[in-house]
This record gives sequence, C-alpha cells and structure tokens, in this order.
Amino acid sequence: MNLAPSRTNLTTNVNPSLPLASEIRCEAVELAFSDGTRAVSDVDLRIPAGSITSLVGPSGCGKTSLLRLFAGLEKPSSGRVRLEPMISAVAGEIAFVFQQPTLLPWRTAMENVQLPLELMGRFSKSQRMEIASQLLEDVGLQDAHLKKPHELSGGMRMRVSIARALATSPRVLLLDEPFAALDDILRGQLGELLLELWSLRRFTAVMVTHNIGEAILLSDRVVVMRGGRTDAPRVNPLPRPRTDALRRTVAFGEFYGVISDALREPS
Amino acid sequence: MKRERRGIDATSWVVQSVSVIAVAAVAIVVWILVLELFELPPILLPSPQRVLDAAMRERDTLIRGMFSTGIAAAAGLATALLIGSFVAILFSQSRLIRRAFFPYVIFLQTVPIVAIAPLLITWSGYRFRTVVIVTVIISLFPIISNVTAGLMTIERELADLFRMYGAGRIKRLWKLQIPSAVPYLVLGAKISSGLAVIGAIVAEFFVGNGASYDGLGTLMTGWQAMQRTDALIAALFASTLLGLLLFGVVHIVAAVFLRRWTRSETSPGSAS
Repeated sequence: MNLAPSRTNLTTNVNPSLPLASEIRCEAVELAFSDGTRAVSDVDLRIPAGSITSLVGPSGCGKTSLLRLFAGLEKPSSGRVRLEPMISAVAGEIAFVFQQPTLLPWRTAMENVQLPLELMGRFSKSQRMEIASQLLEDVGLQDAHLKKPHELSGGMRMRVSIARALATSPRVLLLDEPFAALDDILRGQLGELLLELWSLRRFTAVMVTHNIGEAILLSDRVVVMRGGRTDAPRVNPLPRPRTDALRRTVAFGEFYGVISDALREPS
Repeated sequence: MKRERRGIDATSWVVQSVSVIAVAAVAIVVWILVLELFELPPILLPSPQRVLDAAMRERDTLIRGMFSTGIAAAAGLATALLIGSFVAILFSQSRLIRRAFFPYVIFLQTVPIVAIAPLLITWSGYRFRTVVIVTVIISLFPIISNVTAGLMTIERELADLFRMYGAGRIKRLWKLQIPSAVPYLVLGAKISSGLAVIGAIVAEFFVGNGASYDGLGTLMTGWQAMQRTDALIAALFASTLLGLLLFGVVHIVAAVFLRRWTRSETSPGSAS
C-alpha cells in the first residue's frame, strides 16, 4: 500500500515562475479515420485556462480521440483545435497521462520521470535528476527514486507516470482514464493528489473518466460525449475545496442526476 | 507477487530436473531391453556400457572435438547476432526495406543447410571459415525475426510519448526500441545456440576429411566409416552436451550483462 502523507500547507510551495495555463478551443472539429469511421464529429468546445474539465461518456464515444486531438497526436480531418496562447506539444507544454502508467521497465522511477526533459535535451543530467527527485517527492514517492517499475505497486506506478507528465511544467495536462485500473481507495487518493498538484501549478486539465462521482469531485466542468459529439459543458455547482463527504450532499446528488440523465439520452 | 512467482519457479525447477532424469533413466532401460530382446550386434546398437567405455577411451579426442566445434559454433553465433541485429534495425526503420527483403530472410530459414554446404565448400574451401559461414547462415533467421519483432512491438502509448516530446528516429530507436528488443535478442540467441551447433556439425561432415580438422562432425564421419558405433554414439552425446553448453553460455551472458533490460515483467524470454 502506498498511503502518501497528505500535505496541507500547499500554498507555501506555489512557484510564480511557472508558465500560464492555456485555453483549449475546438472549432467544428471532426476526426474521421481512413476506413470511414468518424470518431469525433462537429465538436465546438472551449475549455478555460486553468480549469479542470472531465469528459464522460460511454466506451467508444470518441473521448480518447478528442484527447488525442488536444495533444496533437491526431490532426483533425476538418475544423481546428487551438490552444491560447499558442503552444505546441513538442515544446513540452502539453502532457499526457495514459490509462496505463507506460513506464520504461528498465529505468528507475527517477530516470522515467526525467525522460521528457531528456528527450527534449533540456538541462544537464544532474539538473534533470534534481527536478525528477523533487517531482517524486511532490507525488509522495520520496523513497522510490531508485526503484524499477516492477518493484512498485500499481498506484505508485501511476504516481510516477503523473510526475513524468509534470516534468516539463506543462500548461495543459491531459489524462485518459488515468485511475481506471486502480481500486476505489487508490482512485480516491490519486484524485486528491491530482487536485493538490493542480492547486500548486494551475495547469489546464482535461480528464477522461467513466466515473461520474470522480468527475464531479475533481472538475469545474463536465462535458458529456456521445457518438462523437459533445454537449455544452455543464458547470459544476459544488464549491471547492471538495472532500469525499460532499458525496452525501443533495447538491452532489442533483448534479450526479443531471449527468447520468444526459448520458442516457439518445445521441 | 514477484517473489511468489520465483518461489514457484524454484519448485518447478526441481520437478523439472527430476522428470528429465526420469526420462533418461527410462530411455536407458528401454535401450537395454531392446538389446536383450533382439540380441543386436554391438555394431548396430552397442550397450550403454560400451558407449561409456568408448567415451572414456576417446575422452581427449572428444573434448578436443567439442572444443573445435564449440569455437566454430560460438563464432558463427556471435557473427549471426551482429549481422542479425543490424539487419533487424534496418528492417525496423522502413516498411519498404522490410517488404523487399523479408522474403529472402525466409529463404535463409527454408534453404536446406545440407544442400548448400557443398556449394559453400566450393567457394570457401575445406576450412574452419566454411564451418563458421554455415553456422552463421543457420543461426541468422531466429535472430533477425525475433529482434525485428522486438523492435516493432512497441506500446502505442510509449511511441506517442516519445512523439509528444519531439524524439526523432534515432532517439526512439536508441532509448525505446533497442532496449525493448533486448529480451527478444536473448530469446533469438537461445534458439540459435542449438542451431549453431547443428550447423557446425553438418558443415564438418563435408569439410572434415579435406582438412586437418577434428570437430565432432569430422569424428562422427570417421567413426562411422570405421564402424565404431560405440564411439559414434558417444560423439552424439558430446554434441548434445555442446548444444546445452552453448545455450548455458548465452543464458549466463544475458543474465550478467543484459539484466537491466531482461529482468522485468514484459520480458518474453521469461517463458523459456
């Protein structure tokens, strides 16, 4: 088990030199594959800078494709995806957390975390290791620097994966069902970790999830997606900071109902 | 979890050793029974005792033969590893190259080595070099196909990750594909270690009489001609032993030098 100490006085760590978050804008975005299937159709969406947005929807509705469009891993067949201010993924301004930790098995946690900086040729090796070491502490893994992925639990591996995504101090963090493979307790812990990191760094986060409760606890807006199309974002009425106790409130239940109704509507 | 699995490995290793020895014991009993029942002359089938005696009598010759054949097989295997890895890297870089040349790689697999050995002697002569060349040809296919598979079997997410941080071909090859392919290389080398010994012995059948060469294949043809069946069977066991030795060397070299890349859950070699 990896019960990370939950840190409370986070505001002392805020780094003012971090770059600003970016807004994501989609204008009539379509993504069709060469076999004719349409993963994403006619998506107009604005994701405000520095917000957390959840993307919920049934399997195969195009959530992952939309995320890949944001990341620049797919080019839209028509329409466009813009990031304001203009940034490019290659510059390390956008980071992606996959459903699986996707670590390099022959590298230690620290070597995995500094990989993005290494690939971009940023900093000296010792500087990169210093950054990686700090990030591992930020995700609650101060004792795992030299461990290989196979020596870590599933939750710890995901923490390493998140630390790696933050190595370049990205303005946009995209997460594709990052906690889907974890049990409920770990899922809750990692959700809290994500919120902590976000409150320190204020990146724009877009998270794909199947879990409506998780979407409500973590995000400012929830976007329901069905059959490649998105609804208008639904603004989360619940105040921050949010704790698990919110799950028992009427407001939580109402918002939950709104989203699950929207998911059930025919597309 | 990992430790548990290793525990099971340890007991299964004992079970395996015992069952291997049991099979050998049964085979020897059957061997003796066949001798008793059919009263076969020693020239057709000598008794296990006669084979053992022959092995002791020809001990020095057999050890020298194993050494010569072993050097040829090891040299061929090492050359095949170098050439095979290089070819696999070329294959991994271009679909066009792969499509154009892979059929010829399959030719390496399907061509009967016995059929091309005489041709190679015509070109290269009755010498050690020819034996090594035959060994290279027979060892090459498993290495090319395994290493190519290793270089190409990259998780899509990892490939995306490298792309997102602007890693080019060389960085992807060096930091992602080659390390991922190491377990496949080890697997290929293990498969080829047995083939290399076969290749060397087959080549020696042809080269043997023409040169002052004393490999196991040469000894076998000689003893067959002299109808010394007991020594011939002893040489057969020596070649099997040599194959196992070469396999063991590959295993140890991989365990010592390539541990970093092979000791992980994703290793395809863990099944061997």
